[in-house]
Amino acid sequence: MATNKIIRKVTANLLAWIISIISLVPLVLVLFNSFKDSIHASDMNLMLPEFPFMWTNFSNVISKGKLAQSFFNSVLYSVASVALCCILAAACAYVLSRNRSKVNNAVYLYLVLGIAMPINYVALMKVMAFFHFINSRPGLILLYTAMQLPFAIFLLHGFISKVPVDLDEAAMLDGCSPLRLFFFIVLPLLKPALATVTVLTFLNTWNEFVSPLYFLSSSDKWPMTLSVYNFFGMFHTDWNLICADIVLTILPVIIVYLLGQKYIVSGMTSGAVKG
Amino acid sequence: MNKNKTYPFYFTIGALLLYTVLFVLPGIMGIGYSFTDWSAYSDKLNFVGFENFKTVFSADENYIKILTNTLLFTVVTTILKNALGLLMAVLLTKHIKFLNFHRGIIFMPNVLSTLIVGMIFTSILDPATGLLNTFFNSTGLGFFAKPWLTTSQFAFGSVMAVDIWKGLGYIMTILIAGILSISPTYYEAASIDGANGVQAFFKITLPLLLPTLATTTVLNVIYGLKIFDMVYAMTNGGPGKATTEVLYTAVFKMFSNGQYAVGTALSSVMFLFMVVIGFFMIRVMTKNEVVE
Repeated sequence: MATNKIIRKVTANLLAWIISIISLVPLVLVLFNSFKDSIHASDMNLMLPEFPFMWTNFSNVISKGKLAQSFFNSVLYSVASVALCCILAAACAYVLSRNRSKVNNAVYLYLVLGIAMPINYVALMKVMAFFHFINSRPGLILLYTAMQLPFAIFLLHGFISKVPVDLDEAAMLDGCSPLRLFFFIVLPLLKPALATVTVLTFLNTWNEFVSPLYFLSSSDKWPMTLSVYNFFGMFHTDWNLICADIVLTILPVIIVYLLGQKYIVSGMTSGAVKG
Repeated sequence: MNKNKTYPFYFTIGALLLYTVLFVLPGIMGIGYSFTDWSAYSDKLNFVGFENFKTVFSADENYIKILTNTLLFTVVTTILKNALGLLMAVLLTKHIKFLNFHRGIIFMPNVLSTLIVGMIFTSILDPATGLLNTFFNSTGLGFFAKPWLTTSQFAFGSVMAVDIWKGLGYIMTILIAGILSISPTYYEAASIDGANGVQAFFKITLPLLLPTLATTTVLNVIYGLKIFDMVYAMTNGGPGKATTEVLYTAVFKMFSNGQYAVGTALSSVMFLFMVVIGFFMIRVMTKNEVVE
């Protein structure tokens, strides 16, 4: 009986390690090969890179792939849409959650439907062209924001319904205006949910590939994902450079993940589990 | 307190406007354009009735294959992610060392860009030098080494497998949260009654997890129907004729070729389909929220 238990425990731990390793191997592979020279990286194996490490791969891709510009673009797109999304979604979700009139409930359902709805990119081109949003940085930021709003509103709506209304009532009795009430009293209380929205919106916009593929033609406006893909096409055989490029592209994502893991998991699982 | 005054409707305008103009409007306009001969080659728009839909659903074109591929992708990845995710969630709610480390690592592929994951796997699945075949050959399992992405026989399966690898951690994490929300008293009662682990799983865990599984299914279906990056990076629809072509990659090709009308017709088929799924999603996800 006792040995049986030990065997089961060992198997369970072993299985967990195997699954973890399978999840990690592709990343380790990319990391190792980003430090090799082009010949050693050509068969993309898991051998440790030899000394000296090829740090030049990184400086190479930064200059060849115009990564500095793309990095700046990605940061701009992500930060701007995170900021816009947080403020618009919070204001909207706040009113829809606090004042559950028939109209507001219908508006809420209409917005949340966007989580499932696909974008018709072909027709979107017409709309984007009408507003001169094609090949434009502000246009892309607004599009990113529109895409992230439904889920952000869903998350904040749920969170706000758990924030007590007593404060609102007290503030209104003291003659506080609706705008002041929202910005100075309610918004600070939403910090945990806004942190989740921030982290998720950042990851989604950083990883976004389809919209820039459709709507950005000039390479100096490309985000990291698009330039890494373009680089992949151009330097098809130099896996050391491709790996270095990939490492630089996913590094911010990994850092955000490690720092904000709590918020990501809570955000992605909210609404999924009755709690 | 006057609710309409305290919570003025204009707070919602910004979000509502952006969402309506850039998200909903193209969907609805797209349905309209589906009945025209809109293309990159002429400035004039003519009404053509159901012509584009006839093209999309006609047997002699590849479009049916595209629709069935998209559905196949969705069904297979949804079922396998749920099944494997459930097994892993059960495993990772047991007494295992470094539990949070394992959960964190297994979730990680999910935050990576789908495009980049696809790119990495074109190397791993390379028939000659790829890591997978090298691994099989060096461990005496050489008969498993296959030309994963270059033959029509394995290409679609390989793309689905990579997608499952990427998305499994997400589903697992949701299911772990679901399992942890089951009251331990059920299991205590079961063990007093002499139930073993398997019985407890089928009689307690699985039934109480059904609502959570409904959610993961809906999320997977929504995600699967919209798949683009993964296919685009790994096979771009090939090898051969439309072997791995899915809806969004096909629409992008039509867009690039200037066949806007057919592209938008195909998008509209999906749009209507997804709106229906969206209603299911809302019912599942907001069950205990809106009705209050």
